[in-house]
Amino acid sequence: MQLAKVIGDVVVTRKDENLTGLKLLVLQPLAADGSAAGRTLVAVDAAGAGVGETVFFVRGKEASFPFYPQEVPADAGVVGIVDHWDVEE
Amino acid sequence: MQLGRVIGTVVATQKHRTFEGAKLLLVQPLTLDDKPRGTALLAVDALGAGVHEKVLIVMEGRAAGEALGRKLAPVDAAVVGIVDTVDVAE
Repeated sequence: MQLAKVIGDVVVTRKDENLTGLKLLVLQPLAADGSAAGRTLVAVDAAGAGVGETVFFVRGKEASFPFYPQEVPADAGVVGIVDHWDVEE
Repeated sequence: MQLGRVIGTVVATQKHRTFEGAKLLLVQPLTLDDKPRGTALLAVDALGAGVHEKVLIVMEGRAAGEALGRKLAPVDAAVVGIVDTVDVAE
């Protein structure tokens, strides 16, 4: 999993029927110091997250597990909203 | 699997239910000579690893779910060992 900031959402009318009802969020992955790290991506939301929140997300087909037995065609999913994180050097 | 160092912890109240009670660690992947490699990631920990410890992590969903011991857990990384030593013969 990785930390990310939710920087937007995506509205898609014509889509795979198994994406119906799911929220799609635009994520900017973050490094441990909170700086942007890597390319933005779109993820399905399994945590009730919204724009501006810091979250963690999972990559791969495991992103679809929260919606089982619905076969969601997703490769990234938000699975938690971060309260805070601590880094000890 | 990869070697990494635990550099921190993450607290999240609102999360998918399979994460209830699971510890979330920030792990910095390392090269064999202990240099940081890439971006720090979050791994679930079922072993009780602590900050500063060197760990062995799996970065694949099925293996991570098995390490957590929960079916259909939406995880892609887990701590599966606490490293005592690494010896590399050149």
